[in-house]
Amino acid sequence: MSFPWAKQYQPTSEVGKWMDQRLPLPRFIFNALGPGYPTPRNLNAFYNFGVLAGVALVIQIITGVVLAMHFAADTRVAFDSVEHIMRDVNGGWMIRYMHAVGASFFFGVVYIHIFRGLYYGSYKPPREMIWMLGLVIFLLMMATAFMGYVLVWGQMSFWGAQVITGLFSALPIVGTSIQTWLLGGFSPDNATLNRFFSLHYLLPFVIFGVIVLHVWALHIPGSNNPTGIDVKSEADTVPFHPYYTAKDFVGLGIYLIVFAAFVFFIPNSLGEPDNYIPANPLSTPAHIVPEWYFWPFYAILRAFTTDFLGVPAKLWGVIAMFASILLLFLLPWLDTSPVRSNNYRPLSRILFWVFVVVALALGVCGGAPAEEPWVRLSQVLTAYYFAHFLIILPIVSKLEKTKALPGSISEAVLAKYGKGGGAAPVAQPAE
Amino acid sequence: MIRLGALAVGLLFVLNVLWGAVQPREDVAPDMAKELHKYPRQIEWAHNGPGNLGIFGTFDRGQLQRGFQVYKEVCSACHSINRVAFRDLGDLGFNEAQIKAIAAEYEVAAIDANGEPTTRKATPADKFPLVYANEAAARAAQNGANPPDLSLMTKARKDGTNYVYSLLTGYSDDVPKGWVKPDTLYYNPYFHSVNIAMPPPLAADGQVTYADGAPATTDQYAKDVSAFLTWTAEPKLENRKETGVAAILFLIIMTGLGYLSYRKVWADIKKPA
Repeated sequence: MSFPWAKQYQPTSEVGKWMDQRLPLPRFIFNALGPGYPTPRNLNAFYNFGVLAGVALVIQIITGVVLAMHFAADTRVAFDSVEHIMRDVNGGWMIRYMHAVGASFFFGVVYIHIFRGLYYGSYKPPREMIWMLGLVIFLLMMATAFMGYVLVWGQMSFWGAQVITGLFSALPIVGTSIQTWLLGGFSPDNATLNRFFSLHYLLPFVIFGVIVLHVWALHIPGSNNPTGIDVKSEADTVPFHPYYTAKDFVGLGIYLIVFAAFVFFIPNSLGEPDNYIPANPLSTPAHIVPEWYFWPFYAILRAFTTDFLGVPAKLWGVIAMFASILLLFLLPWLDTSPVRSNNYRPLSRILFWVFVVVALALGVCGGAPAEEPWVRLSQVLTAYYFAHFLIILPIVSKLEKTKALPGSISEAVLAKYGKGGGAAPVAQPAE
Repeated sequence: MIRLGALAVGLLFVLNVLWGAVQPREDVAPDMAKELHKYPRQIEWAHNGPGNLGIFGTFDRGQLQRGFQVYKEVCSACHSINRVAFRDLGDLGFNEAQIKAIAAEYEVAAIDANGEPTTRKATPADKFPLVYANEAAARAAQNGANPPDLSLMTKARKDGTNYVYSLLTGYSDDVPKGWVKPDTLYYNPYFHSVNIAMPPPLAADGQVTYADGAPATTDQYAKDVSAFLTWTAEPKLENRKETGVAAILFLIIMTGLGYLSYRKVWADIKKPA
């Protein structure tokens, strides 16, 4: 689906016509990312992060495929093979640092992408499906990142695998059996390493598939925009190409500059030094901590310290950690305000920024050792996390007095850029 | 219905976690080791370049060779650098004949013509051999301690290069009051538990004789060997930074051109006429 004024694909060459009648792939691209996709004209820089996440995934897949050519999934040599890549493989250090730093950056851009969706109400009808598919991608990313981290077979890899699979042992009756089944043994060992390698190679392609669905679902209603109001006429849109291809390219350039700065100058700044120590099942690190992108969830996991209603604290922590992500699937039905963008929702806008601070603070707590004052702080923040989505937002979205919405996107743009002129967006690039 | 359910679940989680928050905490005895433990001292390194920023700068070859000498004459009595091959020493400025000579000083395991285990002289293709055959042998010889391999040490500790330097120069006889130190251990506030099993390895000035006239002080030894271990952990450091500068210059130009084309493409839309 697209807007009626979307440009139609017209093959000009004989080859193009021949192709269009047999496999209309150029037409598909034209309609998906080309001039055939009318896009709101007022998208700001935050709307760049979806594309950046896609690029981040492609970087991970390409570097990952090359790393897999040199990596050996065997507990006796896995760590050595990583060092072999760093020392003896031509350009291996660059490929590996891109992959390791790339994982962090992938999460970084996805978090910004998610928060952009939260702020502008991109999860609201008719875009619930896009939102939920995005969450599926996020969950798959978490599983993939965790398993990839284990492959290095350093100290944090081993003990991280122990702790994360140990979460399942909190389940009553079947818990321990599930942990054993996941690990393929009673503790992380060769069976674990091999299955994680297999799945770590598989899941990125599953993610790719879900991204196709995510983008497909996006193309039904088209992109949301900072005003949150629907596209009403051709004056509200510009063709994706060349307008947003040009804009996204600038964002991509800036992203790659920051990425390169990390890869080439501070490649180990986002990782734990302990993972440069080969895994040792007999020596537990003083402070087991996941990578930074898991810290908020790690804080929620550790925030439950008392048995409650006959359920042990550990199980509560596990339930809460999973619930903290799963509840986001309900968000489109918890926030009932008809207004999407927080630009026109004075109260939710404040709540949004409070939530940003809470999420970041949870991250700090998750990276800190499990002692006071961090535990108590995580508990208060965790309480707010759940209250925000499950209690406050549903009530506020009912009671809030929203501001007047602009009549159309183009009206909002004109208000921003001053009177007159540019009224009719010249949405007609040279043919 | 969804919102009522959410409210109930929300209250359940909130009350639960807040109930945990108001529980009194058990008194935890303050961890004295944590209070005594110090973050590494910050000093400037040739490989960090101007301003110690880590953007430019190359290894000081003379320093790496001196560091290797300190490693060989002092550290290698107990610590291996098993991830480094003799051929890698070319990076330090040694020529092929020198590398062959250095390798020949070491013995590595081999199989003789009759299939019996034996040893042979190492060649440039070999890695530096382990000092102890296994952990048990190390602990038996070292009073229960296991001297770690040093190849990756500067990456396996926070701020590793400064850490190694601080640790080597951080031994102190002034054990703080109230701190219990077994006689077999040494007090060193840069070590995580502040009681370290390794005796001060760089005990006196003049312990190693440098050929290049660099000061024969323990401080200089510590600096040199820390720089050497930075190289063993990250042998491609110079290559990495050179590539980085080129890559970022390229990306800045590319982004600049991209920005100009963005301005041109949007010119008819952005500007109020």
